[in-house]
Amino acid sequence: MKRHLNLTVNSEPRQILVEPYYSLLDMLRDELHLTGTKKGCDEGDCGACTVLLNGVPVTSCLVLAHSAHDAEVTTVEGLATREGLHPVQQAFAEYGGLQCGFCTPGLIMSAVGLLEKNFDPTEEEVRYAIGGNLCRCTGYTKVVQAIMAAAEQARP
Amino acid sequence: MARFEYLEAHTVRQALSMYRRHAPNVRYVAGSTDFLIRSRMGNWNPEYVVNIQHIPALQRTSFSRRNGLRLGALTTVQTLQDHESVQTHYPALAAAAASFAGVQVRNLATVGGNICNASPAGDTLPALLAFNAQCLSTGPEQGEQRSTALDEFFTGPGRTVLEPGELLTEIRLPRPEPNTGSLYIKHSPRGAMDIATVGVASAVTLAADRRTCKDVRIGLGAVAPTPIRAYAAEGILRGNEITPESLAACAEEARNTASPIDDVRGSAVYRKEIVGVLTLRTLERAVEMARDGTMAFETQRRLAVQAAF
Ligand SMILES: Cc1cc2nc3c(=O)[nH]c(=O)nc-3n(C[C@H](O)[C@H](O)[C@H](O)COP(=O)(O)OP(=O)(O)OC[C@H]3O[C@@H](n4cnc5c(N)ncnc54)[C@H](O)[C@@H]3O)c2cc1C
Ligand code: FES
Ligand code: FES
Repeated sequence: MKRHLNLTVNSEPRQILVEPYYSLLDMLRDELHLTGTKKGCDEGDCGACTVLLNGVPVTSCLVLAHSAHDAEVTTVEGLATREGLHPVQQAFAEYGGLQCGFCTPGLIMSAVGLLEKNFDPTEEEVRYAIGGNLCRCTGYTKVVQAIMAAAEQARP
Repeated sequence: MARFEYLEAHTVRQALSMYRRHAPNVRYVAGSTDFLIRSRMGNWNPEYVVNIQHIPALQRTSFSRRNGLRLGALTTVQTLQDHESVQTHYPALAAAAASFAGVQVRNLATVGGNICNASPAGDTLPALLAFNAQCLSTGPEQGEQRSTALDEFFTGPGRTVLEPGELLTEIRLPRPEPNTGSLYIKHSPRGAMDIATVGVASAVTLAADRRTCKDVRIGLGAVAPTPIRAYAAEGILRGNEITPESLAACAEEARNTASPIDDVRGSAVYRKEIVGVLTLRTLERAVEMARDGTMAFETQRRLAVQAAF
């Protein structure tokens, strides 16, 4: 039976009716219609479903929706502001960090998660941080360039 | 989609009683990274899950030079990687965490789940064996507590000594000995997001002369039905001088201890060979660390995954 779940999604407090067996990913896509977060494998392997849960990147297909009660969730839809794109989004666009775009929301959330922890990453650290994100198009070179550029821009 | 009812416990006692009420069609979940996969594959079909992730008593992590390291069962793999005391005093465990999946899974996966899931390839397990970990658990009936050496915890692939409903609560690692070094190396086809073909953790303690091996413990992963200690190999080195020959003899014995199987990640013959190679490499690095103090974590992380591609 569906039950109420209270949590904050992209800075907005929400109360949602969710099945007990739903994943956070299915809840975001099916109940909140936040379809920016992608379902690639539903097995934790591809990283397309990456969101920030209480500030850290997680594969939302591996999280039970009800376990996220009272949590803060940030999806790719929560990054842009009235002023424009998030610096990481902007850099992906400028550096050609995407082709088909399916992996992009996940990669961007992993990058945002990295930069919150480490605003001056080496290229090796960037590659390690996106080790859990698969991209079948770009070959990662431009993805890494974009994240390095975003980091540089974000540095005080 | 697999369907189940969701229950959430906030204390150990509550978890045990929820489990009792719904046994046998019930399963605990912590990070749920193994659970949701098995549930979607149809291997695990409980009617109820009891989520233990929000039990504060299982979330505590502490270190003191006197008591060693205490890890609440819910300590995440990412916490193991980042924790300063783990990096400093139990480096093989931090390296094991660094070799584990990607950051998104490390932020969810718990050390208790890695132990209870009892995969022969579980990445934290060889290092925990090499540090003589003890597992504290609370029984399902009267809430009785017991402590089991990790070495006696696994009974087969996916099987442990825990009774149905018994909860693993804490993992204790004895205090670090001076002049000790340790490292875990995982060998897998891919450099990220793969399961170990072979994983080896070695911890070496040198005597005051810095030449004699005072103590050594070696944990092997993915080469037997459970993670194992290479006792015979340890016996060759313990009490003897560290020389290239004694290290090689020890590694050769570890190779003989392994009883791996053929699977998609490697043949049994190949795995045995790799056990010898990784045992020697982890021993050499452990001796280096025991002599020179620490090794930068970045270096350890680089060494921790040695991929085929
Ligand atoms: C994409 C992906 C990559 C992975 N990569 C790796 C890897 O590189 N290395 C590796 O070792 N593993 C890996 N795993 C496996 C998994 O993440 C680990 O085994 C993890 O540590 C399990 O912890 P959890 O908290 O998620 O367990 P859960 O899924 O919550 O539980 C696992 C099992 O343990 C039981 N359990 C959990 N906690 C307790 C407790 N305190 N007391 C009693 N029973 C308990 C549960 O009932 C269940 O049967 C990976 C998994 C995925 C999906
Ligand atoms: S959909 Fe979650 S990791 Fe692929
Ligand atoms: S841009 Fe197509 S999968 Fe990455």
